[in-house]
Amino acid sequence: MLMYSSITRKVLMALAGLFLVTFLLVHLGINLLLLKSDGGAAFTEAATFMATNPIIKVFEIVLFAGFLLHIFFGMLVSGQNRAARATRYECANASDTSFFSKYMFHTGIIVLIFLLLHFIDFYFIKTGLVAPPPGIERHDFYHRALLLFSSPWYSLIYIAGFVSLGIHLNHAIQSAFQTLGWNHSHYMGTVKLASTIYSVCIAAGYSLVPVYLLLIK
Amino acid sequence: MNFTLKIWRQKNAEAKGGMVSYEVSGISSDSSFFEMLDILNQQLIESGGDPVSFDHDCREGICGTCSLYINGRPHGPVKGVTTCQLHMRSFRDGETIHIEPWRAKAFPVIRDLIVDRSAFDKVIQAGGYVSVNSGGVPDANTIPVEKSKSDSAFDAAACIGCGACVAACSNAAAMLFIGAKVSHLALLPQGRVEAEKRVQKMVACMDQLGFGNCSNTYACEAECPKGISVVNIARMNRGFLKAKLMADKAKEIRDSM
Repeated sequence: MLMYSSITRKVLMALAGLFLVTFLLVHLGINLLLLKSDGGAAFTEAATFMATNPIIKVFEIVLFAGFLLHIFFGMLVSGQNRAARATRYECANASDTSFFSKYMFHTGIIVLIFLLLHFIDFYFIKTGLVAPPPGIERHDFYHRALLLFSSPWYSLIYIAGFVSLGIHLNHAIQSAFQTLGWNHSHYMGTVKLASTIYSVCIAAGYSLVPVYLLLIK
Repeated sequence: MNFTLKIWRQKNAEAKGGMVSYEVSGISSDSSFFEMLDILNQQLIESGGDPVSFDHDCREGICGTCSLYINGRPHGPVKGVTTCQLHMRSFRDGETIHIEPWRAKAFPVIRDLIVDRSAFDKVIQAGGYVSVNSGGVPDANTIPVEKSKSDSAFDAAACIGCGACVAACSNAAAMLFIGAKVSHLALLPQGRVEAEKRVQKMVACMDQLGFGNCSNTYACEAECPKGISVVNIARMNRGFLKAKLMADKAKEIRDSM
């Protein structure tokens, strides 16, 4: 992988990223079930399906591979990019570029930290690596989520994580199209618009759950 | 007009450089940026100082020799021009102007504001040509070329190889330059034949020279004095992937490298 050319590395990173983008939509669909006033029945059913279905189990491995590939190449490419300009400019760059595109590494790191926290809070508890809080069974994601979102601090960190992800996605999706060579003046405007709409929907959709649980319910 | 200039001074490639302040006064608003630097250098020579070294040649925006990173932007604050086409009326009277050389590992500083851009020549030597003699200018329409393709090829061929794309890029990537060179040849019948081989060789050379990876910030397009579009980068990526996926040709290319 280290021997891959710069374009191959970026293409693999883009493909893994686009795969993760589709996963976000599935995860959001399940999260929004927390908004239903059914005592968590629909949410728990969906969570159980995701945890037990054999096809999903296979996809879980693919998903982890996607995460690792995207993170690995992201780190590698960023490291090489820093090395490509050993001496920095004295005067900050004033070029007319999109604001979000300059902070892909930074937002990526914030999302990675959030992902690790999320793993500790949910996935590691499910797999038994971390002990669940007293009174909550390790497969009971519904009460675990309610307990976490009852803390304004946790909710704030959660929302900050998804705002960072939204900023990351805003540039990432249209950037992936460019990397894969799918840039044409006829449709690139639509891709950029769709990228923005998708990123806002992801950030707002995920943030809706803690906002609803904390302020409305 | 009066200006305070903060200029990067560096004796040679090995020496440690630094920003040095100079004052210039009585500059005409219609003088070019280089004429202003010429006046500064005359002052320095007359006072027994060391004039500032900078690259320039045609001074009419076509040769790609001039550079300079001015106030955080390659070729200065005006869009679509090279430094030699920049005039002092684009600055405020009394302004402090920061002047630095292009910064990239692949473009080492030789002296003051002059950098070694032979990395671009090496990339061209790796594949930026047509291997056979394609003859003189053909009669019109003897080789049919679609109008949109010849227009796109011409737009890409407008690249003067100045290196502003590398200087502007937060990753010091050379993708716009190489994308333009790959595109202008691949779009025309004479260059199309070797397109797969060419793109792989040029990208491999680019990677070896230590240029960064493209993160699609499009600073290159924003600062290119010739308005080269990032669509050329996408075309190069497409061509590169196509060449990689054609395994038999890829092997043939690897063997020939």
